[in-house]
Amino acid sequence: MPSKQRSRLIDTILHIPPFNVRVRSPFAEVARHLDYFYTSYQRYGPDAFIDFDVQVLHGKGVRRWWRPQVRFLLDAAESFFPLPAQQAAPMFEWGLNWCIATRPLGYLVMHAGLLALDDRALMMPGIPGAGKSTLSASLCLLEGWRLLSDELAILDPKSGQMLPHPRPISLKNASIDIVTGFPQARIGTVYHDTRKGTISHAACPPDSVAASSTGARVRWVVFPRFELDSASSCEELSRAEAFALISEQSFNRERMGEVGFDALCSMLTDARCFQIVYGSTSAGLQLIRDITLS
Amino acid sequence: MSLAIHGICVIDVLRNPQAAFGLSESQWSVLVAQARRANLLGALGARLKAAGLQVTGPANRHLGGALQLSERQHRSVRWEIYQLQGALGHLEIPVLLLKGAAYVMSEHAVGRGRLFGDIDILVPRAALGAVESQLMLHGWVSAKTSAYDQRYYREWMHEIPPMSHMRRGTVLDVHHTILPLTSRNAPDPRQIIDRAAALQTAGLCAIRIPCPEDLVIHSITHLVHEGELHNGLRDLNDIDCMLRSFGAAPGFWNRLSAYAGGNDLAWPVCFGLHLVRSVYGTPVPESTLAELAPNGRAQQSARWLETLYSLALRPTGQFEQNIATGLALWLLYVRSHALRMPMHLLVPHLARKAWMQRFPAKGQGEK
Repeated sequence: MPSKQRSRLIDTILHIPPFNVRVRSPFAEVARHLDYFYTSYQRYGPDAFIDFDVQVLHGKGVRRWWRPQVRFLLDAAESFFPLPAQQAAPMFEWGLNWCIATRPLGYLVMHAGLLALDDRALMMPGIPGAGKSTLSASLCLLEGWRLLSDELAILDPKSGQMLPHPRPISLKNASIDIVTGFPQARIGTVYHDTRKGTISHAACPPDSVAASSTGARVRWVVFPRFELDSASSCEELSRAEAFALISEQSFNRERMGEVGFDALCSMLTDARCFQIVYGSTSAGLQLIRDITLS
Repeated sequence: MSLAIHGICVIDVLRNPQAAFGLSESQWSVLVAQARRANLLGALGARLKAAGLQVTGPANRHLGGALQLSERQHRSVRWEIYQLQGALGHLEIPVLLLKGAAYVMSEHAVGRGRLFGDIDILVPRAALGAVESQLMLHGWVSAKTSAYDQRYYREWMHEIPPMSHMRRGTVLDVHHTILPLTSRNAPDPRQIIDRAAALQTAGLCAIRIPCPEDLVIHSITHLVHEGELHNGLRDLNDIDCMLRSFGAAPGFWNRLSAYAGGNDLAWPVCFGLHLVRSVYGTPVPESTLAELAPNGRAQQSARWLETLYSLALRPTGQFEQNIATGLALWLLYVRSHALRMPMHLLVPHLARKAWMQRFPAKGQGEK
């Protein structure tokens, strides 16, 4: 197996909007992951600008063979603990999330699902388990919304636009079965026993990837909360409350100082904000239809 | 000596911002990566902006993001200085700001776009106990918890163990002199304190900034004795920037050599001036170098050392740390320890640290 892995060494610059990511890895799993989920993304030669220089490498020393591990490096520096080698592809996805959340690029980055109808965006900030990935997948695969991101909402303070960052949707535990049942869904490898439980990815719809140079403005902010079999409820929030809640889910508002504060204020100026509780995916979708069609 | 990688070098662009004109995308990539690794991305952004160079394309957001972060950090530093005044003001002792905090509070050009982590202050050694307890009352706690680390700092070092604020998380290094007590050179901090000036800012009467000569001397001393050089190019950039601006003041160079010589720091300062001249091309008068120059044998070793530093400080892009640079870094690390402590203290100390790293004591969060 190692010789086969070496023969597939990846070194490519992928345009994952709005960034150029150089990926180097000897892992066949990473190559397969990129082939499956990032085929239609533009690839550049060595003349392109690189925003993130990423390497997904084998473990050091005996960890190359004995209980093999995978390491994630940004600019040749390692900032995470290694993971079991089987998780090389998920580690690429997690590592890239970390890169985007930590590197100061003048964007406000929030932990939220982000979808759009035309140029009107729906933002769903939430803690893990609130159901934003399942709702994001349902909205783009069943209801015709455009997916900007299932996890990282990127706001450009200069234009006030949300920037699409199309990536495979990360699915956890029960949501894997739900999304696998959708007719349009393309699901990747299932990884068991990760630190987030069983995980998998669903491909970002091709239309959303194709439209990734078009931004959108936030019109609705919805804080979802999934409680199994509970009755649906929807409550409108003031912008001040929404500001406080989104700040908790922002990776870098504090570090962006005044610019971040102003950007978030003006993002909320045109938005209506809601908190919803839902007991099933279809109930959640109905609540979002009610909010966005009214 | 050429430091360029792919025809581009962050030092050249810092010295001459026009060199960034017409760079290709991949050259910008290299420049941004070099600057980031040297912790000079904010300074580079500030320099290009001051030169009126419009950066277009994707490099712009990296430079802009770093500038924005540095503005945020500077605001936070200013706030911390007011907190320090509040905590230490009534002790009626001078509280000197060192390095980054001094550059920001004095609004000197060297602070523009500078990124930093800790705040360094210098207080009279006799007041150390009172300073530490006042800081603890105001929410700063010692970040080093092991008894050995505490003893290491208190008996041998030039600072007490770093303190971090419970709520704000900011880290404060409280110095009582500028070199470890165990090191070969023994500068007298009193001289630096006596020459320091108060800030013009209202409400900060305890806060002092070292005089320009001492700012340079301290920055050089720190660089020359430091074992880990990951901020080496940044520190040299600070020194270059200060020398170019202070150097124009009448009598500066005479005072610089007099203060350095009068404080047992002639050799390190002489070496630092040679180094900044060779790496950044800083204009330094020959007469100053001659006044500070050591005798024959020390001069030989200084030449060696300059080669080592020049190798170690080579700006690296994404990957290009070659064997020579690695070896130079290691030798300088070893040298810094030899300067820091005499052998009979150093060997047991390193053995102890290695043991503590291998077998961390239970209940202590440190490695």
